[in-house]
Amino acid sequence: MDGFLSSPIGILVITVAQALALLVPLLIMVAYLTYGERKVLAAMQLRKGPNVVGPFGLLQPFADALKMLMKETVIPSGASRALFVLAPMLTFGLAMIAWAVIPVNDGWAIANINVGVLYLFAISSLGVYGVIIAGWASNSKYAFLGAMRSAAQMVSYEVSIGFVIVTVLLCVGSLNLTEVVRAQQNVWFFIPLFPMFVIFFISALAETNRAPFDLPEGESELVAGFFVEYSSLSFGLFFLGEYANMILMSALTTILFLGGWYPPMHVEPLTWIPGPIWFIAKICLCLFVFIWVRATFPRYRYDQLMRLGWKVFLPFSLFWLVLTAAVLKLTGWLPA
Amino acid sequence: MIASLAFYAFAAVLIASAVMVVSSRNPVHSVLFLILAFFNAAALMLIAGAEFLAMILVIVYVGAVAVLFLFVVMMLDIDFSQLREGFQRYAPIGAVIGGILFLELIFVLSTWRFAPDAADLRLNPNPGGGVSNTAALGRILYTDYLYLFQLAGLVLLVAMIGAIVLTLRDRVGTRRQNIAAQVARSGSVGLVKVPTGAGLRELGILRPPEPEAPKALPEPADHGHGHGGHH
Repeated sequence: MDGFLSSPIGILVITVAQALALLVPLLIMVAYLTYGERKVLAAMQLRKGPNVVGPFGLLQPFADALKMLMKETVIPSGASRALFVLAPMLTFGLAMIAWAVIPVNDGWAIANINVGVLYLFAISSLGVYGVIIAGWASNSKYAFLGAMRSAAQMVSYEVSIGFVIVTVLLCVGSLNLTEVVRAQQNVWFFIPLFPMFVIFFISALAETNRAPFDLPEGESELVAGFFVEYSSLSFGLFFLGEYANMILMSALTTILFLGGWYPPMHVEPLTWIPGPIWFIAKICLCLFVFIWVRATFPRYRYDQLMRLGWKVFLPFSLFWLVLTAAVLKLTGWLPA
Repeated sequence: MIASLAFYAFAAVLIASAVMVVSSRNPVHSVLFLILAFFNAAALMLIAGAEFLAMILVIVYVGAVAVLFLFVVMMLDIDFSQLREGFQRYAPIGAVIGGILFLELIFVLSTWRFAPDAADLRLNPNPGGGVSNTAALGRILYTDYLYLFQLAGLVLLVAMIGAIVLTLRDRVGTRRQNIAAQVARSGSVGLVKVPTGAGLRELGILRPPEPEAPKALPEPADHGHGHGGHH
């Protein structure tokens, strides 16, 4: 048995099993995130939300998925066929492969690579392609306008996300995600780096095209933005990809600022709860804030969005980066 | 074995997509093949053990440069028949230039010698002693060649300022939003604390006035005037 597990086929089997062990709960979480979002929004607007299918409406996500699968896949006659089909797969696939490096607990990452942070940054910067390709391949004005908006928006906010990540890395001294969490054993980074935490979270909203930055979708002006021509499963893949990206950005926030799998304090009753539970609880907290923001704030105007990204976040994060570097250097806290 | 198989697979896809970049008819497809080529180059770097360079290649070229490229190419309205019009006329000049370049390449390659210690440096991105290639690159850029690195940054900054100076113009008559003034104003906007769920219960709170009892609508005498409607 030992010999089989260390053979190439054995390693392949183990990796596939690990990937399934991560992706199946993730997809279930995505399904229930759509349910949770509707319930939380409903509660904030004093409505009931989905409550008909199953007890408390708990089977609603599956009913929605079934309905979506039953629909006809429509490909517009003027569309660029191959790219039109490729775009949703790209969005969904990118949202999934990013999870390969996320450490759910100490040593529980499928691939514990040296440059985990850069890998995640690279994958999240690729997300824009699904949107642009969808907008262009649809051969539709609304879809194209949505894609253009999204491209400019995602590129703008990536810059400040990059500076925030560099600031965290300065405090850690490693690009490995497990090391990033271990460095927060005593103090979670959101305390010393609070302004960067806020900037990161707002940029994450913009990066995932969530309210109040959901201009690429802009249902009141662009119908639905870049995926207006999509239907059935291809629409479903965009939908799943968007929610998986929300969970991914929440996981990244948890890893960079909220201490990953560590409990808030290392005292008795809190340390009994295993690390993955803490990790998921923190992700759920971030997701709740995502939904809370959506229920609270009106949508930004496009020039305000660009101003916030380039004229407010970029200079401020640059200043805070230099400040952090100076403080670490002068106090001698710079990790070796 | 698996590593060399992967190398040949990625290298083959890289070359094929590079060929498609120059030969595909649609410029958007060209850019997408260029992105595929970048990916395969990043994969080759990963195989060579240079994981930092691979990630930076994806982040900088695929994540930023190619996005802007695609952005521009998609908005261009290129007429291909017009582009191919002068092909016959310019073909001889192109052939001559290509031939000269080819001859020069032959001259260079015929006198090409590898440095004697190059074989030891090959596929060895890590300097040893437990230093990762991220740290090794950082040491070279920020410790050994700091001033040159800063100088390169300065050149880029000058280029950036130049682009801004060229395109900046002060338009008169535009109305700008002063966000600070807008946020700081007082008087015209007031915040009211509304109890949660008060709309569902009858509490002594501010409510919109009760709508008046619907009066019997007088029969409209004139059709066609006023509110549009039926014609």
